[in-house]
Order: sequence, then structure tokens, then C-alpha cells
Amino acid sequence: MELTGFAQIHAIGASVSLFAGAGLVLLAQLARPLWARGGGGERAASGSPSFALALAALAVALAWSLWHGATGSSGAVLEGAVVVDRFAVYFALLLTASAAAVAVVAREWAEGLGDELASDFYALLLASAGAMVLLAQANDLVAIFVVLETTSIAQFVLVGLGGGGRSAEAGLKYVLSGAVAAAVLLYGFVFLFGAAGTTSLAGIAEVAVADDGELRLPLLLGLALVLVGLGFKMALVPSHGWVPDVYQGAPPPVAAFLSVASKAAGFAVALRILYSGLGGGASSVADEIAVTVGVLAAVSMTAGNLGALWQQDARRLLGYSSVAQAGNIAIGVAALAAGSAVGPSAVLFFLAAYAATNLGLFFVVIAVGRRTGSYALSEYEGLARRAPLLALVTGICLLSLIGLPPTAGFLAKLYIFNAAVQAAQPWLVGLVAIGVLNTALSAFYYLRWARLLVREAPAGAPAPRPAPASLLPEGPVQLLLVAAAAAVLVIGLVPTPVISAARRAAEVLVAP
Amino acid sequence: MLTVLLFLPALGAAFVALLPRAREQDARWLALAVSGATLLLAAVVFLAYESGEGGYQFVDRFEWIRAAGAGFSVQYALGVDGLSVPMVLLNGLLSVVAVLVSFRVTDRPRAYFAWLLLLETAVMGVFLSLDLLQFFVFWELELLPMYLLISGWGTGRREYSATKFVLYTLAGSAFMLVGFLVLGLAAGSFDIEVLAREPVRDAAIPLSLVFWAVMAAFLVKLPVVPLHTWLPDAHTDAPTAVSVILAGVLLKMGGYGILRIALPLLPGQAQEYSALLAALAGLSVLYGAVITLQQRDLKRLVAYSSVSHMGYVLLGVSALGTTALAGAALQMFTHGLITGLLFVTVGLIYDRTHTREIAELRGLMHRLPLIGAVTVVAGLASLGLPGLAGFVAEFTTFVGAIQAQPAATVAGVAGIVLAAGYILWTVERVFTGPPDPRWSDLADATAWWERTAMGSLVVVIVWVGIFPRPLTDVIRHGVEPVAALLGAA
Repeated sequence: MELTGFAQIHAIGASVSLFAGAGLVLLAQLARPLWARGGGGERAASGSPSFALALAALAVALAWSLWHGATGSSGAVLEGAVVVDRFAVYFALLLTASAAAVAVVAREWAEGLGDELASDFYALLLASAGAMVLLAQANDLVAIFVVLETTSIAQFVLVGLGGGGRSAEAGLKYVLSGAVAAAVLLYGFVFLFGAAGTTSLAGIAEVAVADDGELRLPLLLGLALVLVGLGFKMALVPSHGWVPDVYQGAPPPVAAFLSVASKAAGFAVALRILYSGLGGGASSVADEIAVTVGVLAAVSMTAGNLGALWQQDARRLLGYSSVAQAGNIAIGVAALAAGSAVGPSAVLFFLAAYAATNLGLFFVVIAVGRRTGSYALSEYEGLARRAPLLALVTGICLLSLIGLPPTAGFLAKLYIFNAAVQAAQPWLVGLVAIGVLNTALSAFYYLRWARLLVREAPAGAPAPRPAPASLLPEGPVQLLLVAAAAAVLVIGLVPTPVISAARRAAEVLVAP
Repeated sequence: MLTVLLFLPALGAAFVALLPRAREQDARWLALAVSGATLLLAAVVFLAYESGEGGYQFVDRFEWIRAAGAGFSVQYALGVDGLSVPMVLLNGLLSVVAVLVSFRVTDRPRAYFAWLLLLETAVMGVFLSLDLLQFFVFWELELLPMYLLISGWGTGRREYSATKFVLYTLAGSAFMLVGFLVLGLAAGSFDIEVLAREPVRDAAIPLSLVFWAVMAAFLVKLPVVPLHTWLPDAHTDAPTAVSVILAGVLLKMGGYGILRIALPLLPGQAQEYSALLAALAGLSVLYGAVITLQQRDLKRLVAYSSVSHMGYVLLGVSALGTTALAGAALQMFTHGLITGLLFVTVGLIYDRTHTREIAELRGLMHRLPLIGAVTVVAGLASLGLPGLAGFVAEFTTFVGAIQAQPAATVAGVAGIVLAAGYILWTVERVFTGPPDPRWSDLADATAWWERTAMGSLVVVIVWVGIFPRPLTDVIRHGVEPVAALLGAA
């Protein structure tokens, strides 16, 4: 259904409000000398309005997405290039909520940057989030590429924003690998366009279904290249090289945002393109693509976990863990390609569980890192005594990353493995076996971290350097930490609402 | 009722953890009260179970995760039958014993007792679950308390041992999960009752692969040679109470899983591979016994003897008949009592002498007559002396298995001879002989909790040895349906 007038704006309201927020943040910063002079010194001392503006924009976007969700709006705008459906709304909620959480946690760090950089940070965060929300809605190759580049460019700058050599180096590395990934992605798009003669995903789906084998090669090449290109966002092998370096070098709040939002957006696009490109699994290349995704998933899990085994830096460890988790999620994508109707909803559910888990853990890392000035795992020794709240959140999130009950991560893995087995193909069962073995492998380093929390320094050891008065972050961040841990447990114990939401969102793909 | 039984220890754990710091030494009393109440409840369930009626009783069930279209409905379903009800009782009893022998733990007692109680809930959940995925949830839940207890309160290379334990179990259960998913999707249900009623005939991967995937977890847990190497390490470095629980009930989760899930759900494959299982059983019994003979550390000795004795469980399983299966189930119960008791006494000896080296110890009977006597009783029960619990179980197993698996049964009987060897030899080395001046100021078990812990187990061991009828009746009704399924396949 083609919408008109206000309905068009309404459909992309969430991302429009985020973009508008980004603009307002920048304008406010520009206008600042004017009213700072007029209103006297008091105002200038009260800090920049960027934070408040950013939160307001995120709140509007969140409300708008909830409105979409509540009314079940659906439709296409901009001649079908952008759609609004439950799938997009699910991701919009996930992305906006993550961005809001990151905005709150980043406040302390951003204020340390000075007013100007802080407003840049919030503007970029909003722009990036807005583009990601739009990305989940994009239904046309050109639209996807444009929006994807918008998020990327915003993120390139965000990564380099920390100042100092490491951040700049990470930013450069991120830009270079991002550029390569974008080129590969575009190359894949060209093949898809060449095969289908249209950039519309719906059009590609029609062609793929009707294809009798003539278009095998371009479809196969196109989809494979798209996977590699999008792998950059998803942190999937072979485009994963940047992840540990950037997580370590980027400002930690930015890394937190990348680890959750960028990955979610990447999977959203991958699901849409794969589903269309494979004509809903009816295409002749579905099997090959399924196997390709399966191999990428297996390699990602194994490479990520092996890389993480001996890491001593919390951020690097999280980087490798992010690659491994992307492999887990990709199992669901492989299941989709192999014809499992549950695959997409499993990916969606996993992403929600992962967002709560990883944000919670990253927030702890940020809090500990800021107050001790170090991100080494050894900082966590005896954390249970020094800061019980932080230790509790860390413990719960680590359990969830391993996938042990009663946490969200356990059910997410169970659900995604279940989806893969449901495709009823022996090799997918084998992939699940690799997945579960990797779970055991990952337990090694996650438990090593968890163990540190309750370990006391051995008697007679040199006294640790004077600990900061309190490791606890400020109030709102504490609240977020509790909320993240609570979400991990609630999704783990009462998953039915989230599973239903994920399933309804995925129906858009599975039953067009 | 079963829900209360399941979550009472977990609730207790929460209370223990929230005790004010000033009263943290009271954690043991609270833990004792909670585990005692749980034992009481377990005993009530055991007595109220109508073995004449058979089947699952006291069933609690509701749908936990509903995603029917996705083929992913997980039930919360609890129930007991003749197989699980003795295990539930055993878990209740040994948990009380574990709390009692931990009365000296003063290092972070709130956390210690809270994890111990949570462990009880996890194990209880394994024995009570009637849904494959729920079973898996509790199976995995048990790892965390075990890991923290061993690595936090253990001795020696405790972190290495704890990690090894977790990795072995996780790797095994990884395959089990794959097997469960394949089975559940083939049948369209994860309900154990439904799956047993209509065995799956066809699945995404060959059923024999499914069988071995599921068995992998159980064989690691049991453990069977050559998958046993985690066990001696975990035992050696674990605190006494955790050793008691580990040997007493955690190993039984493996045997229980075979009887509850592997055999009834895949009867055809169980028959197909029964000879292989028997060979593994014989190997475990003999290899375990031979290795036991060479141990110099008391705890390792008991640990390896467990490997040997759990071989009998697998022997009973591999014979597939009612009597043999009953023997296997009985062996799980009696071995839990006996080995639990042995670990208690070894722990008490270690508390006093601070060594577990057999070569260092001698003539202990002069100073520790009570502990010595109890150890001798447990040892005799372990080697299968008539009149004590071990004999009933082993004899039943041999009688049931001799026709189906003669070679392995002969190996099993030979294992008894070896057991007599290592146990009597150890008793001789540690307890008899002239008093050693080094140990002249040791005090016997005088504290009431030590006496209660040992006494309660001795009473049950003797009772089962002399009058096993109530127990065997229940177990027989538990294994009959399994044997019937195997016969029909």
C-alpha cells in the first residue's frame, strides 16, 4: 500500500526525529555563544543542552516506534524504497533503546570532552542511530547502500572521537576496513541488480523465484559478496578483523554502541536481502548460500572463541566474543536460507537477548575502566567485595554470554539451535554441534572472568594500589545496569513475550 | 508439592545470601534447617508414592515457553516415578549430610551455603523434570554452583579442576542438546512421557547418532572410562561436602539420564549397542579397580573406586532386563550412600591430619576408633558384603546381567574381588598397625554434626542391606515400563 502525505512522514517518523535531533544538537551548539552571552555565566556552567536534546530525540523516536508497534502500521513509502512493518519496528525499538542507554552511560565521558566535542558526539550518535533505524526499513538496494554509508560515516568519526593515538588508529582501521567492505557490498549489489534488472528487494525476490537456473551465478556471487560486505557490520568472518582493535581503541561507549546496534542493523539487512535474494528459500541457490552462511558461522564462532581465550583486556575479549556471538546468530541466518521458518525469529530473539547482555557488560567495563583507568581483566579481582552491584551485573551477563540458565543467553542459544535443527538437514545438525562445542570453549574464558569477581587477593600479596573511593557510577547508570541485568534474567525466565514479538516481526519475512 | 520441593533450597539459598554480615556464621544453621526441611519433604514424597499404581505421580505442569508455531514449546513439568523418587530422597539426604560436614566452613559462609543449596535445587530439578529441555536447563544449572564451590573453597589445583569439570560436562551436554533438539523436533514434543509412549522412528540425522549424542553427556557424567579423567581431579580438589554431593548424586545424574531418557526414548538403538555398552561397563569396572589399587591419595582412591562402581550401573543398563535395570537403579542409590559416607570419613581424617597420603597414615584406629569403624563399615558395604546396602544392588545387577552379558558380568565379579583388595588393603594401611606418635593427639569425631552425618548414612546403609524391600519395590515399578519398552523394540 502506497502511503501519501503525512502518512509518509509518519512511516519514517522514528528516524526523522533522530535526524532532526542530531540537527538540533548541532544548532544548539552553534547558537550557544548567543544565549550564553545573553543569559550570563550561570547557563554556561550548567552544561551543554546536547545531552537533554539527544535524550528527547531518542524518547520521541522510541515513542514513535511504539506507536507503530501498537497500531501495527505497515506500508511502503518513497515508491517502495522504504517500508514500515513489524520487522522494522522491532529493530527500531531495539536500536533506539540501545542508543538511549548508550547516551546515558556516555554522559560522563562526553562531558570530559568539552562542550563542542560532546555535542558532536551526541549528534553523531543520533545520526547513526537514525540511519540504522532507516536501514531496517530500507527495501531497496540503493536505499540500503545510502543509509548504510550514513551509519558508517557517523561511526567512523565516533570511533576516532576519543582523541589520542589509539582512538585515531582504531578510527583509521575502521575506516579502511569499512571502505573495503562497502566496495565488496556494492559489488554484490551490482550482481543482484544485473541479475534482476531492478534494485527493489521485492523485484529481486520475484526474479529469484522465477529463475530456472539461468541466473545462478550472478545470484550466488551477488549474495556471497553481500554477505561478506555486511559481515563488516555483523562482525562476521571474514570481515571481522577490525573488531578487537576498534573495541579496544574506540571510546568505550562507542564500542558498546557498535557491539550491539551495528550488529543488529547488519543482521536486519542481511535477513531482508537474503530472504528476497533467495526468493523466500525457493531459489535454486538457496542451498549453496545456506552452506556458505553455515561455514562463515562455524569459522566465526571458532575464530572468535580461540581469539578470546587468552585475552587480558576486557575490551579485546569482548571484541573476540562479539565475533563468536555473531557466528552463533549466523546459525539462524543459515537456517533461514535452508528453509527453516523459525530462523529469522531466532535471530531477532537472539539479538534482543544479546543487546541486553552486552550492553550490561559493557557498561560495567566502562564504569570500572573510568574509575580505575585500566581495562585489564585483573581489575575485576575481588570485585564482588568492592562493588557488589557491578560484580552481580557482570556475573549475570557473563552467564548469559556463555548461555547458561537461567539467563536470556541460554534461551537465545537454545532457540537458535532449535531453529537450525528444524530445517531438518543433517549438516545443520552438524553446525549446531559445532555451535554447542564452541559454547563449551567460550565457557573457558567467560568463566575465567567470572571467577575473578569472587577471588580474593592471596594473603601476603603486595597490597593493590589504592582503590578509588567507589567504583560505582552515577545514579542513572546504576539504574541502567540493574535494568540490563534484570532484562537478562526476565528474558531468561519469562521469554514468551519477547519470543512472540520476534515471531510476529519475523512473519513479515516468512509469510509475505 | 514437587514445586515446593524443587525451589525450597533455592529460596533458602536466597535467604542465606541475604543474611546480615554480622550474623554470617549463622548461615550454616539456616542451611541445615532448609536442607532438613527439604529432606523431610522428599521423605514424605517417597512414602506417599504409590508404587502399586506406578507411573508419574504428584505431577505439576504448565506451559513455560509458548511458541507453538516455532516448534519450541517448553513445559514446566515435574513428576516422580519409581526411578526418580529414590534419587530425590538420596539428594535430600546427602544434601543434609553435605551441610553437616561443612559446619567448619568459616570462609565466606553465606556464599558457600547459598551455592550448596542452589546446587541441591539444580540436581533436584534434573531428577524431577519431565520435559527434555527443562531437564537440560537444570542439567546446565548445576555447573555454576559446582564451579564456584570447587574453585572457591577447594584445595590444590582447584581452578584447574573446576574448569576441567565444567568443560567436560559442557562438551558432553553440548551433544546431548543436539540429540534432544533432533528428537523433540522429530516427535513434535519435548515431553518425556509422550516421547517414551511413541518412540521416534525417523529424524533429521540417523537415530544411532542421536543415541550416542545423548549418551555422550551421560557417559561423561557417569563417568565411563575413557571419559572419566575429570572426576579424580574434581574430587581431589573439591571441599568435602562437594565431594559427597559429586559422588553421591551428581554421578547418578548420568545413570538416571540413561534410564530415564536414553533407554526409553531410543529403545531400538539401546538394543543395537548393548554389547558395546557392556564392553564399556566391563572396561570401566576393571580399569577403574586396577587404577584404584595404585592410588596413594585417599580421596583419589575413593574417586577411582567410584569409576569402577559406576561401571556396574552401566553393566545393569546394558543387560536391558527388568532385574538388571533394577540392579542398576539400586546401585545408583546405594553407591550414593556408600561413597558419600567414604568421602565424609576421608574428609574428617583430612581435617585432623591435614594429609591424604596413605603412606603417611597408620594406626589411626587407636586414636580415631569411631571414624575408623565407620570407614570400615562403608568399605565393607562398598566391596559388597552381604547384609549391607552394596551387596543387594550388586547381586541384583549380576543376576540380571549374567545371561544377557556374561563376559561383562564376569568382569564385574572380578571387579568385586579387586574392590575387596583395595579396600581391605587401604583399611590395613591406614587404620591398623601400631599407633604412630605423629598422630597421637588426634581427636575422634566428637562434634554432634560429624556423628549425625556419619550415623544417618550408616543407618540407611544397614537398613537397605537388611531390609531392601520398600526400596526395591519402588524401583522395580520404576524400571518395569522401561524394560517393557526395550522388550517391545
